[in-house]
Amino acid sequence: MAGKTALKRTSLYVSGSSPVNMSQAIFYNEDCLVYDLEDSVPIAEKDAARFLVYNTVRYHRPKDKYVLIRVNGIYSEFLDDDLEAAVRARPDAIRIPKVESAAEVERIAKRITEIEQEAGIEVGSTKLWCNIESYPGVLNAEAIAKADERVEALALGAEDFTASMKATRTKPGWEIFYARNAVLMACRSAGVEALDAVFSDINDMEGLRADTTLTKNLGFDGKTVVHPRQIDIVNSYFTPSKKEINYALRVLAAVEEGKKLNKGAITLDGSMIDKPMELRALTTLAQAEAAGIKIGGAE
Amino acid sequence: MQLKKPAVVGTLESCDVQITLFPNPGKGVEINLDSIVKVMFEKSILQTVREELEKFQISDAIVQINDKGAFDWVIRARMQAAICRSAEVAFDWKGVS
Repeated sequence: MAGKTALKRTSLYVSGSSPVNMSQAIFYNEDCLVYDLEDSVPIAEKDAARFLVYNTVRYHRPKDKYVLIRVNGIYSEFLDDDLEAAVRARPDAIRIPKVESAAEVERIAKRITEIEQEAGIEVGSTKLWCNIESYPGVLNAEAIAKADERVEALALGAEDFTASMKATRTKPGWEIFYARNAVLMACRSAGVEALDAVFSDINDMEGLRADTTLTKNLGFDGKTVVHPRQIDIVNSYFTPSKKEINYALRVLAAVEEGKKLNKGAITLDGSMIDKPMELRALTTLAQAEAAGIKIGGAE
Repeated sequence: MQLKKPAVVGTLESCDVQITLFPNPGKGVEINLDSIVKVMFEKSILQTVREELEKFQISDAIVQINDKGAFDWVIRARMQAAICRSAEVAFDWKGVS
């Protein structure tokens, strides 16, 4: 699947030790499917999960999804074998948990380069998503995002982050408000994508809507989900509505008209249109196009 | 490669297969298949299992298969893990191109 232009509204984790979950996951509407070798796999099953994920991604990967493999932690005894298997499986990206410094990213990127060369895989084709799950990770987010060209996204992990802060995880999420903004700004500075933390209560759909509203309004590109029932709700927040698309088209039309008439100040519905509004309109149309929405033009 | 000890990999959940391997020194390969899709897929399941044994150059083994409708790549993955556990070897990923 394509790289940076692919939609990343939702990322669903599926355990690398469960063939039934792996088989079902390809039928949901998530944009990104993350085969997990870390938390969802018991220690005694790490070896078997590695084989299962390798064979699934290498020989049965879903064609219409962005495919990732989450490996075990940077200082885990399982990481070396995880990287060997994961890179050779040829996912779109590898998701690294609990990243805290640029040096860690550089070390992993170097190892991935070596494996790509050994396996005859195009060097640089395996991207990296870095999970930011602690206060050192948040403090170093910008350096992490800029550590290597492979880095394509940062994803905030709220549960571990709040634990590292001795904070209490709440549904309104004020305890992660700074972290959300810090990660987001780091991503914008580095030109990589920003993915928000999970909403853990899979039975609270109103809570999920409120949380995703904040995610969207802050500026994130997507969100990790923990259950298939969360996918369509989160997707809907990151898919422009007809009203938003029409407004974006009117903004761009007004800008175009202003250029033709050589106007210094352009207005629409009585409001000034400035450069940020034009940028937002372009972003809206790009998101709509990526979601498969046909915008204007002849058949 | 020689199998050294009994090894079990996989579960009895839907879409999975539980494979139990036993060493069988000097007595060849014996495969016992129990599958919910045996009528339709017996031949292909046995072929997949034999291919994996051949890849690891295993000529003596007892293979107990309890299949709950696993896809081909799941059977392969479970076989690979079972062989490595039974032979007490770490898989050499560097050999995979």
